[in-house]
Amino acid sequence: MDIVKLPELLVLGPPILFKVYEREFSTKFHILKPYESPLPTEIYLQTHGQSVRALLCYGKSPVTAQMLRLLPSLQLVMTAGTGVNQIDLPECRRLGISVVNTGDVFSEDTADYAVGLLIDVLRKISAGDRHVRRGAWPVHGDFSLGVKLGGKQVGIVGLGNIGSKVARRLEAFGCIISYNSRTKKSSVPYSFYPNVCELALNSNILFICCSLTEQTRHLINKDVMTALGKDGIIVNVGRGPIIDESELVKFLVEGEIAGAGLDVFENEPTVPKELFGLDNVVITPHRAAFTQQAFFEAFNVLVANLEAFFSNKPLITPV
Amino acid sequence: MDASIGVLMACPMSLYLEQELDKRFKLYRFWAQPSRQEFLKIHAESIRAVVGNATAGADAELIDALPKLEIVSSFSVGLDKIDLNKCKEKGIRVTNTPDVLTEDVADLAIGLMLAVLRRICECDKYVRKGLWKMGDFKLTTKFSGKRVGIIGLGRIGLAVAKRAEAFDCPISYYSRSEKPNTNYKYHSSVIDLASNCDILVVACALTPETRHIVNREVINALGPKGVLINIGRGPHVDEPELVSALVEGRLGGAGLDVFEKEPEVPEQLFSLDNVVLLPHVGSGTLETRNAMADLVIGNLEAHFLNKPLLTPVV
Repeated sequence: MDIVKLPELLVLGPPILFKVYEREFSTKFHILKPYESPLPTEIYLQTHGQSVRALLCYGKSPVTAQMLRLLPSLQLVMTAGTGVNQIDLPECRRLGISVVNTGDVFSEDTADYAVGLLIDVLRKISAGDRHVRRGAWPVHGDFSLGVKLGGKQVGIVGLGNIGSKVARRLEAFGCIISYNSRTKKSSVPYSFYPNVCELALNSNILFICCSLTEQTRHLINKDVMTALGKDGIIVNVGRGPIIDESELVKFLVEGEIAGAGLDVFENEPTVPKELFGLDNVVITPHRAAFTQQAFFEAFNVLVANLEAFFSNKPLITPV
Repeated sequence: MDASIGVLMACPMSLYLEQELDKRFKLYRFWAQPSRQEFLKIHAESIRAVVGNATAGADAELIDALPKLEIVSSFSVGLDKIDLNKCKEKGIRVTNTPDVLTEDVADLAIGLMLAVLRRICECDKYVRKGLWKMGDFKLTTKFSGKRVGIIGLGRIGLAVAKRAEAFDCPISYYSRSEKPNTNYKYHSSVIDLASNCDILVVACALTPETRHIVNREVINALGPKGVLINIGRGPHVDEPELVSALVEGRLGGAGLDVFEKEPEVPEQLFSLDNVVLLPHVGSGTLETRNAMADLVIGNLEAHFLNKPLLTPVV
């Protein structure tokens, strides 16, 4: 009796999502794990990857042209997240390889977290919690005052899935929303600015919600931060390299902007140490999207895409 | 204004307010007196106004000690530190600072919900300690869509509801009576409310009836996945019960801006990662505290000029 062979899935990384759902993935697919092999990845792929049609990666496992050359049967690259900046998209296109991400499943949680970071910076929630826990309240009396959120001009860089959700949430707090995006969105009630500098000039708070591409690398630079001004706050839930990090640190240390909420950094998990002593920054370890519910939905989306792929049906969340 | 009008400020609350009161009246700082008894013996007759806040106001004892007291102007919206019945009896006017602080308090409630559910403060602490390593992670609880239950659907409760709705949170509430113009689901008991929500927010006034409105039964009904957010007053919650529920895991988490005996905070809470503790900063922004101070000054000026009070309570 023939045992039905499970389709092969090459996993790079491994992605955190894969670690959480490894057992479930393994019941449906034959998993190839170069990261557990003593062989260097190139050799492993040459040896074991010849018939692999689908691979799963994530933000920290690059899929390069060189790697694609080692996988002649590859037709599907999936990433266990939203960002695809680690994948050589033009090369995939050239080779007729489909690229899939997790679609919209992470955008609500990321938007929620972005708002949480902003309120924390403005109202000093983490700083206040630290103050209480070290017993400083009875000794030092009243804690320093924060900044009101209502009425603030919020500039959203990238009005996509995440940016639009941030906008909708902040409207309820009485914020005035404007944005910069690659294209002007015709049916949104927010003001559009043609470039990020002008957006910053007209905003108290900037949210970085766009993807990382050649065009957006170091988009938030010295000029943008100067335009934002001394009372300005930056929240980054996009990718670290969208901001010129060393400039940002300088601006924060010298008080040239008022504060920042940062979930992503240029060289994760390294965070500039100068930030550790600042009370006007909130720094988190790239977890804006990390909820049980989002991971469950992401797992389901990836499996649905794989099942569609292996039955020659249309992909669910192609990029 | 008449600089001979004595105004007694009950405790430190705002340097801006002190400055503005100094300009217009004879300001006495109660907390700076070496002996309150001595101070009252000498100055009681000239004090015509008391300025209080959430920490200290005008209780029966103080009111009795100030025979010329005409008005108590509170630098807060809460009136629990003022003996309102005594003021009514004696014809003493009382004002507070509604509306100007509503948004800040509601903003903070949402900030606390996000901080607790998504463990933002804990994450920040983790990174600052230099503990972030590649590949480590923790999955937290999604906030959007959680059922939010509000105790007290007044100005602040409604503002919390409006914000939570933008996160697709279904809203329910408990109030002394059902409110006619809302679509939110009404529960006639706090236990019912707690049994049917994921996040319970205390947003009502503190009165003898609402003291310990969040008790052991309510906390148990909220449950091991439930989160309590207190932006009202410490005594709304039975604090020892809250602490044991959190320590024992019978309650999922808490975001607390107020405590029964501020500035004391139960130390058993300090080692918990599912709580966020703030030093009563609900209205703590420069803009709002200045607006509150302006309202206190405006009320006092109106009173002493025989004009209608801006925000009278009594």
